[in-house]
Amino acid sequence: MPRTLLQKVWDLHTVRRLPSGQTQLFIGLHLIHEVTSPQAFDMLRRRGVGVAFPERTYGTVDHIIPTLDQSRPFADGLAEQMMAALERNCDEFGIRVAGLDSDRQGIVHVIGPELGLTQPGMTIACGDSHTSTHGAFGAVAFGIGTSQVRDVLASQCLAIAPLKVRHISVSGELGPGVYAKDVILEIIARLGVRGGVGYAYEYGGEAVERMTMDERMTMCNMSIEGGARIGYVNPDETTFAYLEGRPHAPGGDAFVRAKEWWRSMASDADAAYDDVVEIDGGAIEPRVTWGINPGQSIGVSQPIPDKASAATDGEAIGEALDFMGFTAGSPLAGTRVDVAFVGSCTNGRLSDLREAARVARGSSVASHVRALVVPGSTQVRQAAEAEGLDEVFLQAGFEWRGAGCSMCLAMNPDRLNGREVCASSSNRNFKGRQGSPTGRTLLMSPAMVAAAAISGEVTDVRTML
Amino acid sequence: MSGVTPIDRIKGTAVPLRGDNIDTDRIIPARFLKEISFSGLGAHVFADDRRSMPGHPFANADFAGASILLVNENFGSGSSREHAPQALMRWGIGACVGQSFSEIFLANSTTIGLPCATAAAADIEALMAITEHAPTTPMALSVRTRTITAGGRTVALHFPAAVRDSLLTGQWDATGLLLSEFEDVQRIASRLPYVTGF
Ligand code: SF4
Repeated sequence: MPRTLLQKVWDLHTVRRLPSGQTQLFIGLHLIHEVTSPQAFDMLRRRGVGVAFPERTYGTVDHIIPTLDQSRPFADGLAEQMMAALERNCDEFGIRVAGLDSDRQGIVHVIGPELGLTQPGMTIACGDSHTSTHGAFGAVAFGIGTSQVRDVLASQCLAIAPLKVRHISVSGELGPGVYAKDVILEIIARLGVRGGVGYAYEYGGEAVERMTMDERMTMCNMSIEGGARIGYVNPDETTFAYLEGRPHAPGGDAFVRAKEWWRSMASDADAAYDDVVEIDGGAIEPRVTWGINPGQSIGVSQPIPDKASAATDGEAIGEALDFMGFTAGSPLAGTRVDVAFVGSCTNGRLSDLREAARVARGSSVASHVRALVVPGSTQVRQAAEAEGLDEVFLQAGFEWRGAGCSMCLAMNPDRLNGREVCASSSNRNFKGRQGSPTGRTLLMSPAMVAAAAISGEVTDVRTML
Repeated sequence: MSGVTPIDRIKGTAVPLRGDNIDTDRIIPARFLKEISFSGLGAHVFADDRRSMPGHPFANADFAGASILLVNENFGSGSSREHAPQALMRWGIGACVGQSFSEIFLANSTTIGLPCATAAAADIEALMAITEHAPTTPMALSVRTRTITAGGRTVALHFPAAVRDSLLTGQWDATGLLLSEFEDVQRIASRLPYVTGF
């Protein structure tokens, strides 16, 4: 019977059906970071249980690390404590870790792929909801909580219920200045922030097939913002070319054999889906969020919606407009921004920095804007510096930082103050997400962030390319 | 926390929290995640909302000591932080009843022994109205009978079968269960091409 990639990977990793009806699923790669793992290790110690497959877990530090002064001990005592706990735990249980002293350090969802740890056909779990990112490689990858981190450490398994699959096909060709970020914002706006509950999203169609791995990762990363715990793209030549030669990818003859197997894991052409959605990629504009969840976005040329424009969501629109201080019916373009942030596991990769640099080159950041570029990993940072992107940004008046989660969330020194408006390439515009309870986040592509930084207001990047 | 504690009945007063899509950043803002233990989280639940939203139920003395949380749609969306149900539990919540829950929040809650049940929108509205009107109204939730009673009214609840089963059998803490057939785990690992080096 024809099967989807999800079904193939699921079947292969099923240890057994549990009495509850859930599956005991083997986890091929477990990624950990400093925020959601320390309590899990403590639970293990309290039970006197060890780590079953230490070689199948890999750790790094990203959420709490400062991106300016990274000398130890950190100025923030709590951050230092978390960092030290991760180092101690990995050391004690024999787990590999890319710490701050390693040039492999970075945001967990950036380094997994970059090191070739993330591969097609795997099951991947991490105590972080954006683990869906790794699905770009044709892996089944999802976020888990801390008690489940404990379970994976103890048994390399999870108890989890099977999911349905929705195939989302993006046809045509994206216009200039339109990116994967705009496509996924469009999808979430269309299907809603709960639309994906119970589903894995499989992305396909010409526009996705043409995307680079970086772009596919941006799409899969934000699946969770549409309610889907898993998003994936079937592995193809683009996937294999990306993986070839990566430190943890198979090499030589093993790579040739791996490719055969990876190819066999893709969804069969005649696989049946629980739902199918078609999106016209050519019709998508650069998008910007105007509200307080990632489903509240519009094309940059459209007016901010009013309560009456939505059949069911009127109350949510009202709450969002109140919080943002925006007026229904007025344009979002022209909104003054105070901060511009290029970075995060959604859009902190080399190609993202290149697109932002294309816009920034030879221009200057508006005088009232604080702008920062934070590479997603140390490797991204080094690669960007090798091609001079740091100089482009610095000359334009952007800050150039060390790798980490930075202003995507408020667990390190980078944050909004008061009611600042931030043009951000990250993934969440929830109230308080960027560190100030009243701070306001406008999600958009890295190129759009750069355009907003230069002009000092939300601007259609297509006019600047 | 023991692996074989069945969970069925939760009794006490309730706290109504109106609104859809209340995400985990709001339940427990990220700055409170900088702890290597969960123990102090109860004090910070809804820290920002309590300050910025006058009359927030978690800042209202009428609802202090409540053990059942009433919510609307898509509660617990966003970040996968288990800190969110942990914080609610440490504040005193023993069960949640809502129109719907995000998947990761539901999984995290189940895994720490916090039952999350769904009910029809009209029933949620009725329960919220009861507790808003008389905050001391005792409520009793049963996982086994899938009901909650409040002020003489009984409302039908729904749980995914696996969630209900794991609560009633005490297998909500999955570690022991997952380790019980470890040879099977090793057998599965040994036939995965990427484990054996292709
Ligand atoms: S960049 Fe943001 S979303 Fe990604 S892992 Fe870090 S905090 Fe989470």
